[in-house]
Amino acid sequence: MTTTTMELSATAEKRQRISYGMTLLVAGLLIFLLFGLNTQAGVNTTFGLNVAGSQAVEVADFVVPAQLTVNLMAAIAVFAGAYQLARGVRSTGWLLGILAFTFVAAFLTWAAQDKSFNLTGMLGSSLVRATPIALAALCGVISERSAVINIGIEGIMLMAAQTAVVTATVSGSLYVGLLGAILVGALVAGFHAFLVIRFKVDQTVSSVAINIFGTGFTSFISSRFLQKATDTLNNSGTFPIISVPGLSKIPVLGPVLFENNIIIYLMVLLVVVMHIMLFYTPWGLRTRAVGEHPKAADTLGVNVYLVRYVNVIIGGMIAGLGGAYFTLGSVGRFDEIMTAGKGFIGLAAMIFGKWNPIGAFTSSLIFGFADSLQVKLQILRVPIPSEFLLMAPYIVTMIILTGVVGRAIPPAADGQPYEK
Amino acid sequence: MSETATPSKTQTSKRSSLGQELLVPALAVVTGLIIGAIVIVASGANVFDAYGALFTGSFGSPVRLIEGLQVFFSTGETSELLRAIYPFTESLVTATPYIFAGLSVALGFRAGLFNIGAEGQFFIGALCSAFVGYSVKGLPMIIHLPLAILAGALGGAIWGMIPGYLKAKFGAHEVVNTIMMNWIAFRLSDWLLNGPMKASGFRPVTPNVLPTAELPRFFDDPLRFNLGFFLALAVAYLVYWFLFKTTTGFEVRSVGANPDAAKYAGMSIVKNLVLVMALAGGLAGMAGSAQVLGVDHWVGQGFSAGYGFDAIALALLGKSHPFGVVLSALLFGFLRSGATNMQSRAGIPIDIISIIQGLVIVFIAAPAIIRWIYRIRSIKTEETVLTRGWGK
Repeated sequence: MTTTTMELSATAEKRQRISYGMTLLVAGLLIFLLFGLNTQAGVNTTFGLNVAGSQAVEVADFVVPAQLTVNLMAAIAVFAGAYQLARGVRSTGWLLGILAFTFVAAFLTWAAQDKSFNLTGMLGSSLVRATPIALAALCGVISERSAVINIGIEGIMLMAAQTAVVTATVSGSLYVGLLGAILVGALVAGFHAFLVIRFKVDQTVSSVAINIFGTGFTSFISSRFLQKATDTLNNSGTFPIISVPGLSKIPVLGPVLFENNIIIYLMVLLVVVMHIMLFYTPWGLRTRAVGEHPKAADTLGVNVYLVRYVNVIIGGMIAGLGGAYFTLGSVGRFDEIMTAGKGFIGLAAMIFGKWNPIGAFTSSLIFGFADSLQVKLQILRVPIPSEFLLMAPYIVTMIILTGVVGRAIPPAADGQPYEK
Repeated sequence: MSETATPSKTQTSKRSSLGQELLVPALAVVTGLIIGAIVIVASGANVFDAYGALFTGSFGSPVRLIEGLQVFFSTGETSELLRAIYPFTESLVTATPYIFAGLSVALGFRAGLFNIGAEGQFFIGALCSAFVGYSVKGLPMIIHLPLAILAGALGGAIWGMIPGYLKAKFGAHEVVNTIMMNWIAFRLSDWLLNGPMKASGFRPVTPNVLPTAELPRFFDDPLRFNLGFFLALAVAYLVYWFLFKTTTGFEVRSVGANPDAAKYAGMSIVKNLVLVMALAGGLAGMAGSAQVLGVDHWVGQGFSAGYGFDAIALALLGKSHPFGVVLSALLFGFLRSGATNMQSRAGIPIDIISIIQGLVIVFIAAPAIIRWIYRIRSIKTEETVLTRGWGK
């Protein structure tokens, strides 16, 4: 199954060039047929750039003529496709970027024709919705860089979310709740590490057991205790929005980046810290060595088991933070199975981000965007059933996994137990 | 699992190895139940009430059974007896979809694929069966019933084939993709049940299937024991025959055990992976068919809740062997059916069963823990390959 990456011969390259070109051409035609023909002439689309209640300086909204914009997007896609067929562009990133941009821009212009669509608001909610996904992805990155697969992130996040809300409600402090969530994350991930390192349990099976246990345990506690005592156990409140002085005044960027709660700031901080740690410190070098060639690392005196334990447990703490987002950072109470697959989407983001913290963060933003788009479109009353819009993040995950995993290469020893 | 013993071993060691293979799962279940008991006590409930309700809910009360038999032999009146065997037959009814779904996951394991999508395949299968069941009119039962079952199997097969193809062709990991297919199935069913397939009325459910598409029941209401149970047993045998007696089955197992060797021997990995995921999806789809055609007769939201994850536990517990799956499906059928009683009688949330299942999976996957707790001497057995890393 690695043939797709290995035999990228001249014919394969040509075939790829044609398939990318055709995709763009078809996308351009689809934009014209689906949106261009259905957009009324002489109508404007307004993209709002201000968010109500924000400290940012107000700016004028961005108004475009709807039909012209949609058709322009179709033309760009067709032109890019034709150019690709004729000449061939090496950078697939650019092609995918053009594809995504023209399609989304045309779609939004069509959906919001004769109406107003708050662009800044959606970008802001993309970052918010990307947060748990990014934290799950970071958990995946740090453990898989040391060659331990953890698909139990979903279960860890559920348990952490519940612990967070209960400890925060009982203690009256959100920070105690946050600490509780991180501790539970460390504990469960530590158990996973213990099983797969000490007992060499199949890593996928162990994580699935964590998912089943996590779902069962949190639902058990929820229906036996939380539902009967909502006020005393399951009502923590949420972290307040912290505005960064000065920076939050910047239009568009201010409300998106600098008016968020602590978990979102922590997530962004973690991305940067993990990138530096992984690529510029001895610890990072050891981690990557253990993930690529544990035997060589062992020969050079690296304690393979210790590195794996530490990384998986740190990963669990990050997933615990992600779990706390669902309750303390979002709604302030626990609902059964409230993570709704975010842990798995995080894994897809990790793969799409090629096991790099920054890549994982960027792809989480794409998922967050798809997620918040779906919500905004329901508000706009687009004539597409909401159930289909809700499918969007899952379909995007599948497409990305399919299109990219062949080229994204996991750490060489990923998933294999190490025996001295 | 006789084929795991090598021919060089003597008959006695073969037997003791089989004994061990059964001993570890049995102890894993016992340990899971013990820890479950601790959780029940910790949550402030009486464990004897709870497990007592679990027992009478799954097997029925022995006292009532004897009374029922007495009444039957003295007067020929069956109603008392039927009431006494009701919990037992309900457990078999609960076990029926588990057998199908467990076979689905077990078949995947045999080819080195981890099918977490049984839940979505189950839902899609149920919806397809229900659709054929209520919309196709005027057919005799002998055609209509098989057609409805086939529709379910086909729907599930398509749902399973998509991740199988993506895995085989592009190396996209089936674990993530089958889960994504689950969520897509849930959203799709939300739409179908609120729109095109909605019965008249307020509730988002399908219309009832026609009597000609129902799996025949053996007793009068409220006993729901039906032909589906025996169909499941027959399919289990078919899966056994396919895996161990056919060339394709051998190929599937070879691809699972060592894909490189299988490829070198000229077997098509792509073909086998797609085939296995289609068959696995078909089996999970049939689980949905059996549930809708045999038990509920209509499909509503949350219809497939939990079956997918239960099926994974079943396949692991049964060591991916069709007969092992049947045994563990029976066990889970009794547990789940009893747990419903436990919830209503002793107030223990049914989710306790998921906790026990998670623990059982851990213990089965890490037999060393069980051996350590119970001081069992370790023997060398062949290990079944379960899963692989990303896209390898």
